[in-house]
Amino acid sequence: MRDVAIIGVGVTKFGELWDKSFRNLISEAGAKAIIDSGISGKEIDALYVGSMSAGRFVGQEHVGALVADCSGFSHMHIPSIRVESACASGGLAVRQGYFSVASGMNDVVVVGGVEKMTDVIGSEATDTLATGLDQEWEAFFGATLPGIYAMIATKHMHDYGTTREQLAQVAVKNHANGALNPYAQFKRPISIESVLNAPFAAYPLGMLDCSPVSDGAATVILCAAEKAKDYTSKPVKIIGSGQASDTLALHGRKDICTFESTVHAANMAYKHAKIEPKNIDVAEVHDCFTIAEILAIEDLGFVKKGDGGKAIESKITTLDGEKPVNTSGGLKAKGHPVGATGVAQIAEIVMQLRGDADQRQVKDANIGLAHNVGASGASSVVHILEAI
Amino acid sequence: MADGAVPRFWREIPQRYNLIGNQCGACDRIYFPPRESCPYCRRKSMGNMKEIKLGSKGKVVTYTIIYVAPEPFEGQAPYPIAIIELDEGPRVTAQIVDCELEDVKIGMRVQSTFRKIQEDGYIGAIHYGYKFKPLEVKG
Amino acid sequence: MKDIGIVSYGAHIPRLRIKSSDIANAWGKDPGTITNGLGIIEKSVPSIDQDVATISVEAARAALARCSIDPQTIEAIYVGSESHPYAVKPTGTIVGEAIGATPVLQVADYEFACKAGTAAIQTCMAFVKSDMIKYGMAIGADTSQAAPGDALEYAASAGGAAFIIGSEKVIATINETCSFTTDTPDFWRREGRKYPAHGGRFTGAPAYFRHITSNAKILMEKVGSKPEDYNYAIFHQPNGKFPLKVAKMLGFSSDQVKQGLLCPYVGNTYSGAVMIGLASVLDVAKPGDRIFLTSYGSGAGSDAFDMTVTKYINELPREKAPLISQLIENKKYVDYATYTKYRDLLYEE
Repeated sequence: MRDVAIIGVGVTKFGELWDKSFRNLISEAGAKAIIDSGISGKEIDALYVGSMSAGRFVGQEHVGALVADCSGFSHMHIPSIRVESACASGGLAVRQGYFSVASGMNDVVVVGGVEKMTDVIGSEATDTLATGLDQEWEAFFGATLPGIYAMIATKHMHDYGTTREQLAQVAVKNHANGALNPYAQFKRPISIESVLNAPFAAYPLGMLDCSPVSDGAATVILCAAEKAKDYTSKPVKIIGSGQASDTLALHGRKDICTFESTVHAANMAYKHAKIEPKNIDVAEVHDCFTIAEILAIEDLGFVKKGDGGKAIESKITTLDGEKPVNTSGGLKAKGHPVGATGVAQIAEIVMQLRGDADQRQVKDANIGLAHNVGASGASSVVHILEAI
Repeated sequence: MADGAVPRFWREIPQRYNLIGNQCGACDRIYFPPRESCPYCRRKSMGNMKEIKLGSKGKVVTYTIIYVAPEPFEGQAPYPIAIIELDEGPRVTAQIVDCELEDVKIGMRVQSTFRKIQEDGYIGAIHYGYKFKPLEVKG
Repeated sequence: MKDIGIVSYGAHIPRLRIKSSDIANAWGKDPGTITNGLGIIEKSVPSIDQDVATISVEAARAALARCSIDPQTIEAIYVGSESHPYAVKPTGTIVGEAIGATPVLQVADYEFACKAGTAAIQTCMAFVKSDMIKYGMAIGADTSQAAPGDALEYAASAGGAAFIIGSEKVIATINETCSFTTDTPDFWRREGRKYPAHGGRFTGAPAYFRHITSNAKILMEKVGSKPEDYNYAIFHQPNGKFPLKVAKMLGFSSDQVKQGLLCPYVGNTYSGAVMIGLASVLDVAKPGDRIFLTSYGSGAGSDAFDMTVTKYINELPREKAPLISQLIENKKYVDYATYTKYRDLLYEE
């Protein structure tokens, strides 16, 4: 296996982008990444696209071919592969692209992630997200995605004394970061009170504990590390990649408050990178709900199980804290176009490691981690990147 | 769902009406919904999985109260959903009914009840199954 | 001749209630006049996830919880109701599957206004008597409909009971049954219509009172009994007043009627009405007690039963399923707006 570097990134603005189609979004992100990377386009060996549910959101399957076509590569007949793992589709697409370059089969691949969620009404978007749950044994009985995370929150509060205020602080922190990100859906700081006073989506999670419904796309260009310097002066190496699965239904797991898929994916990535959690300078974690970020920092080994709430409260994960988490604003404030999320997380880490993150730049960031979760934790993907 | 799209629901009637699970003949682990084979015993369990009717009682492991509900459940919101551990061990996700929202608690004892889960609009089929209610204290 | 009768029984009444006074206030009527005039204090309301199938299943499971009968030996299920969830597709198949009585099983749904449940008992009796089946299950249940603002709205409620009919260890022998039927259109619901219509005061003398009194007299003549021979008398109860009045006309006292008169607390459960009345009597009955029951179904007909409680009542663990008194006690009030939502009134087609 050879080393793989990221030589270019591109993201669209995230949000309710009424005038942009699925096709517009993915081609915009792709074009930005290609320009950023300095490749001409002829070098591309394959395309990988993460998309959760184009079939339900825009009525279109055959997404691999569509993306090759709308990005202008159909006449070159470049192979294009769609990857799906619910909300972890993007992270998983990066991992598949990584494999293809590491194996030596491909030298340059483009990995995109995209979701166009606002072409359907809100309730249909919610129902589509719930297809990442166990349809027959969770969703059938009236459980929603926020509801499943809310059950984790109830248990975390019960077992570890985590409070709604601590959950709210995740949203407050991520909104503060999002305010500094030009691509974020929400660019306004919020207060703990406004999070606590928002109507409930699913007790104990209020509407402001939830990530929004978003449109958006992100793309990264992967290249064999030995050739990276031919294109860019600031390549970022993928030093660790891990992925793991768990039961589709939350109720199938022994410990409601741990995503074993994250624990295993992270251990795989740490081992691969030969580093430990303490070596991570900056992380993008999957905060689809505030409780999810608390779970993530515990399962990734940043803090002890049960200490997530207190860690948020003590501000170690803020932009100027010792372990900055979700500098982009996270899914919570940057937005969560599900298929795009995992790729956008990688793009943010690349920007941080290259020193291109402007106002939200973490000082001396050398090693960064991206953590992407499928629905309620049945799949997780973790990547660790290092500036070369 | 569309009118007449019933096989997916019909197939699960034994599980949803009567909590029919199965048990591995090799290690005695109990599964709900039933599994084709035991993930721990694998080939030893093949052809050796015995059907078992689970009891109606269990306890709440965790819960939420759904305020923003999917369309088929909108009329019921806000409603509690819980993970329930049945006395035999398997866990299920189900609605809690016949209980005040503030009385739903982790650890509370519950028993299954037969209810309408969802229906395919005004024209399609009605799907029934288990929900849980606070355990009735009897005699 | 073997004794045919009830082997076990169970009932279900939804937990929600609405007060008659709240309905009266919603329509600008005087609550006192309505409550006293109809003799109904409150009525049961099905929640949004309850219908005749779920009530029937709960009642059937309660009946099985009280006895050790293998559900596979129940060879027939008849469900009487005028609010079956499907116009075409039986409620009985849902019940059969949910209690584990399928697939070697006879099933049919019955409809005869408020007496479909007692018609189901008669059918099961005949099957058992002819040795065609070992056990039959007769259910009467309704989530009855009433047009908003109609007088029926104060009464139309939800509930039901299930009776396992057999010939071994019967807790109450059914000594005799007879029916009285004419074509009398006092109350009906046309195919495809959501709410029933009725003949107002015509539902009284030529309908309810004529059919019940005629049939009750035929039954007592057949068995050679008098009203005072019975410990309990149960009459159909469209409101709280009619059953007391018809009892008096026949010579029964209000003491005999009391235990089986539930309409004041749960309303008129239609096909469930005399069925839960009988369940309430069986909750407290002692060996040797004699029970008189007369149902009434609009359209019109009446089924009458003469029953004797046996020593086996003491062997039936009645506490293994909720008693009627407990079902009445376990309640939660809803206001008229919530009631409207639950009864689907906002979505009339």
